[in-house]
Amino acid sequence: MTTDNAAPHGAVLTDTPPGGERPLVELRGAGKSYGTVRALHGIDLAVHAGRVTCVLGDNGAGKSTLIKIISGLHQHTEGEFLVDGTPVRFTGPREALDRGIAAVYQDLATVPLMPVWRNFFLGSELTKGPWPFRRLDIARMKKTADEELRAMGIVLDDLEQPVGTLSGGQRQCVAIARAVHFGARVLILDEPTAALGVKQSGVVLKYIAAARDRGLGVIFITHNPHHAYMVGDHFSVLRLGTLELSAARSEVSLEELTNHMAGGAELAALKHELAQVRGVDVEELPDAPAPGSRPAPSEGDG
Amino acid sequence: MTHQAAPAAGTGPAPGERQDTGRTVRRSPLLRLLARPEVGVFLGALAVLVFFLAVAPTVRQGGSMATVLYQSSTIGIMALPVALLMIGGEFDLSAGVAVITSALTASMLSYQLTLNVWTGVIVSLAVSLAIGAFNGWMLVRTGLPSFLVTLGTFLILQGVNLAVTKLVTGNVATDDISDMDGFDQAKALFASSFDIGGVQVKITVVWWLVFAALATWVLLRTKYGNWIFAVGGNKDSARAVGVPVTFTKVSLFMLVGFGAWFVGMHQLFSFNTVQSGEGVGNELIYIAAAVIGGCLLTGGYGSAIGPVFGAFMFGMVNQGIVYAGWNPDWFKAFLGVMLLGAVLINLWVRRTATRR
Repeated sequence: MTTDNAAPHGAVLTDTPPGGERPLVELRGAGKSYGTVRALHGIDLAVHAGRVTCVLGDNGAGKSTLIKIISGLHQHTEGEFLVDGTPVRFTGPREALDRGIAAVYQDLATVPLMPVWRNFFLGSELTKGPWPFRRLDIARMKKTADEELRAMGIVLDDLEQPVGTLSGGQRQCVAIARAVHFGARVLILDEPTAALGVKQSGVVLKYIAAARDRGLGVIFITHNPHHAYMVGDHFSVLRLGTLELSAARSEVSLEELTNHMAGGAELAALKHELAQVRGVDVEELPDAPAPGSRPAPSEGDG
Repeated sequence: MTHQAAPAAGTGPAPGERQDTGRTVRRSPLLRLLARPEVGVFLGALAVLVFFLAVAPTVRQGGSMATVLYQSSTIGIMALPVALLMIGGEFDLSAGVAVITSALTASMLSYQLTLNVWTGVIVSLAVSLAIGAFNGWMLVRTGLPSFLVTLGTFLILQGVNLAVTKLVTGNVATDDISDMDGFDQAKALFASSFDIGGVQVKITVVWWLVFAALATWVLLRTKYGNWIFAVGGNKDSARAVGVPVTFTKVSLFMLVGFGAWFVGMHQLFSFNTVQSGEGVGNELIYIAAAVIGGCLLTGGYGSAIGPVFGAFMFGMVNQGIVYAGWNPDWFKAFLGVMLLGAVLINLWVRRTATRR
């Protein structure tokens, strides 16, 4: 588990899916019900090596359920979930990790009070020595963590400092570097930019591009279409647990994406309702959210 | 915000590029030393020691210090696993009565069935580990707070201790086992004394320090220690990166069971008999020693060496008040002040350590 399994096809990127290549992870009509509540239904999604698949959706659209299925925290209750073309049913995150699927969660990526290097190797610690005296190989872990972080462009003076003292963007990057180091082939990023400022978001987007160029398949969950459009190759928009849009980059513009995110049809209905209310000047409202405007009322919240 | 027509150019950030604008300034070495979990309690223990050396001349004798250390060791041996469990994010209210359960099991099994005491000792170890495993299993399966689960176990054990003892012996105490096979060997292991320069030192002091060294090594230098910090610091993160959370939590409770067994055996082989109603309230002393020792009640932070000093403070204050000729009623008040002080220091340390 110490070498990265970066796929051989690196930086060659096209807007069309690689012809005939098997996706690393694929969902076919997958869904999930919690008792009588159907959280997710009929989802088709394919993740290819060296490409960024963006999953967009408002709060409650089913994004979290989707990543929980792929990362092994929950099991799907309908449809198929394939890894490397074979149907799978993970019983836990460890199993997903063993197949090279790593999730980086926005809120639970790290243990704040633990030093950076301990966080980096958490769950996959390097050890030395025979059994009763088997102990952590601290020197090697610190060295490796430092090298990997530098390779991603993060320089920390002190790997002993608790991760909680790093900025939000840096913490995300530590988690991403960790996943890449441990041979992740598929990286699931759960709203990595949601809690960050503009500059920090830019830093994280750069790492997403860097991970993609190392040949990883990236699933980038967000509700910010602008962030998605900067790095994405394929866009899937979820609405109320179903797939509203699934399009390659060449088939969709940022305006269309933003419109889908904001719920174009619903906005039209809302505009009609507002027209009934005295005092709201609907003539000045745009037909669809303009590029650069706030794409959805919920932008930026976690 | 600018838009790019194509995906971001794939050069990635240049290696060595600085991500911050001088915001991760190194904290001063003094601040970082103070942020160690055991430093505060070390200074506290030192202060208490110096104080009693000054006000109570008796403390300066070797024999008194041996008594202080003995008192500290019986608390300290239990405070260690309780501290590890606390770092792992849980606590165990049944630890106090579990000690008595363990001693009662060994005593009654050996005496009533006329077995070699070692049979009782081994069976009692199994029972203690099983109680710990039960606590951990209940916690993991139900997701209830450890406070509730172990409060239940505490009440169950307290009742069972009394009822079963009365049922078996017809008395609230067990029978004297000092003339049984294997007693002397077991006493040598759990409750003997040895001589250092004319001062009799109890063997529990040695065990206490050995266990503390072992716990420190495990906590800081092994995978398992890493997992303890992780499950206490952020259980969900730990689980998501593949740490076996269930195993870690259950084994920590079993470790408390082991500690209870060891202290129980010490009590049995020191006094030859066990009072079935004892042990109530001790669980809070162990928890207090761990908290004074710099362990965070909510988990994820602490050390094994801190509770050693925490237990020493307890022993020192407890005996020191007697040696100084004060009213021992003040003991608990003194403890309360120490506990509050320790909690405030912990709070400050955590804020300093995680300040951005």
